Amino acid sequence: MDLFASLGLQIIYGIANLVLISIGLAVIFGMMRVINLAHGEFLMLGGYTVIVSTNNGVNIWVAMFILAPLIVGIIGLIVEWTLIRFLYGRMVDTLLATWGLSLFFIGLITTIFGAQTETTIAPPFGPIFIGEYSSSGYELFLIIITILLVILLYLLLRYTKLGLLARGTMQSAEMAAALGISTQRIYSTTFGIGAALSGFAGGLLAPVTGVLPTIGAVYIGKAFITVISGGTAILAGTSSASFLLGGINGIVSFVVGPTMGEVALLLFAIVLLRLMPRGITGHFFKRSL
Amino acid sequence: MKRSQETNALILIGIIGLVTLFGVPLTLDLYSVISLTTAVSLAILALSLGLIWGFGGILCFGQTVFFGIGGYAYAIAALNLGGSAVAIIVAVLVAAAAAVFLGYFMFYGRLSDVYLAVITLTVTLILYSVIRRTSGPEYKIGIAKIGGFNGINVPPINYPWDVNKFLYPEDFFYVAMVALLVTYFFCVWLTKTHFGRVSESIRENEVRTELLGYDVRIYKLCMFTIGGAIAGLAGTMFANSIGRITPDVFNLYNAALTIIWVIIGGRGTLIGPVLGALIFFYITSLLGQQNVVNINLFLGLVLIIFVLVVPKGIVPSLVQIWVRRRSRRLTAHSARRMRRRGRSRVTEVAVEE
Repeated sequence: MDLFASLGLQIIYGIANLVLISIGLAVIFGMMRVINLAHGEFLMLGGYTVIVSTNNGVNIWVAMFILAPLIVGIIGLIVEWTLIRFLYGRMVDTLLATWGLSLFFIGLITTIFGAQTETTIAPPFGPIFIGEYSSSGYELFLIIITILLVILLYLLLRYTKLGLLARGTMQSAEMAAALGISTQRIYSTTFGIGAALSGFAGGLLAPVTGVLPTIGAVYIGKAFITVISGGTAILAGTSSASFLLGGINGIVSFVVGPTMGEVALLLFAIVLLRLMPRGITGHFFKRSL
Repeated sequence: MKRSQETNALILIGIIGLVTLFGVPLTLDLYSVISLTTAVSLAILALSLGLIWGFGGILCFGQTVFFGIGGYAYAIAALNLGGSAVAIIVAVLVAAAAAVFLGYFMFYGRLSDVYLAVITLTVTLILYSVIRRTSGPEYKIGIAKIGGFNGINVPPINYPWDVNKFLYPEDFFYVAMVALLVTYFFCVWLTKTHFGRVSESIRENEVRTELLGYDVRIYKLCMFTIGGAIAGLAGTMFANSIGRITPDVFNLYNAALTIIWVIIGGRGTLIGPVLGALIFFYITSLLGQQNVVNINLFLGLVLIIFVLVVPKGIVPSLVQIWVRRRSRRLTAHSARRMRRRGRSRVTEVAVEE
């Protein structure tokens, strides 16, 4: 029983982890139909923000909840302003340019901080115990934060003016523009929010994983596959895909080992896309957020 | 370009290729020959992406998947079977099979460009993290241990007719260079066939091609498989020139580099990606020797600048400039001739009057 509770918690953490690393990407993808290949580096920048500022005496909670999203969000806005703006409608070029950006950030951070792991910070919670099995308290905390984040995003999209405009632009950008909405501004705001969410996620994960200039590569594979399997509905897509892929990854990892877990996740996603090329939300929950 | 000019260009490329083939081992030192062999193997990889992206319109961000699979399959087959020639064939077939498998799901699912690019990239990244974890002794195929992070040491390549006789690195340069020349002219030929023409029309307009009665999916799958096979061949050449194959072939850096070669060299040409790979091999090895400019920083900037400013790549842009200048010269020439003819007619009329 304790084993199952502990295993269950592990699987739920896997799912929450997938949601966390892909939500920022999903926001940008849902809005602009473009995959931001520099997503991993946004996560990495969030991680660096938290670790560098904590090491310089900033309170860890301030660094995680305020500094990381703020700084990475601003970087996102600058990127949108100087690069993405010129490439709207040119999907392939956007992909390539964001890939260039990804390499640029890796190079920049390596130049500043070196290629080694920056001193890590300890997770602010100790272990918790389920019977004889111990589990990380910080992982439980991350699960709760992820749930809150999804609820917050839902409320933002569903009940605010900005959310309404964003949903309108998502459904039909031309119609929204005809009704007098500056879709340009919606796009740049969304890009900023997506980047901020990524920075936040990267900051939250920094105590678990540590930071490296190339750490983005660890996340992006899973984030991409989750977002693409989910389809364009931001929240429903990411949650349903994370649920499926994270569940499969968790179960296979438990039965066979973590190496096969990732392979199973990938294979499942590829087969899923053969059956549902527009992702899960292209077929189910069509009208959801 | 006109057909005759294109033929001239191809003849020129062939001559340069042959001169390189025989000239390099005679003139350069051993170290340069070995690194040039590596560069040639990367050029074959670039060629494979240039073919499927530039002529098939298939945006594959993970062409290194097949390159790496080719390399690994070669190493495993060579260790188990002993003969290098058989191992190369096995490796190419395995890489092609991987391309068929992946391609079936992507093309028959009718995934769009963006999805396809991202999935292929994800496959590379996941292969990277999976193979890195295979360091335990339980991960082996036949007698070949996969070796995780350290990869597999590739046994020296031997002659097909005598497995106990090994090729020297200089000799192997001939093999790699011949492989490059043969695949290059094979690709050129392929783009001239009916299959190549249809693939090109799919690149231009998929819906229209489909309405003309072609099954777009099977054409794309074939193109992708050919590309995968060529990349697998490149992987075997690479593994032989380095003497080892490691999971690093699957990492993000190498995937990005492959894309950069093709972007810089030029999509829609075959010589562009080859030149791109050779030039970048030189640049990155220069950058690797210093610590001032980080190589990722440099590559990122190059990629961004090219996408924004020279999206077509170097070779097509140069050809365009050349054609435009030539046509301007031609029109100027013919205008002058017209004027002269006109004037003479005027004088004739004047004489008649």
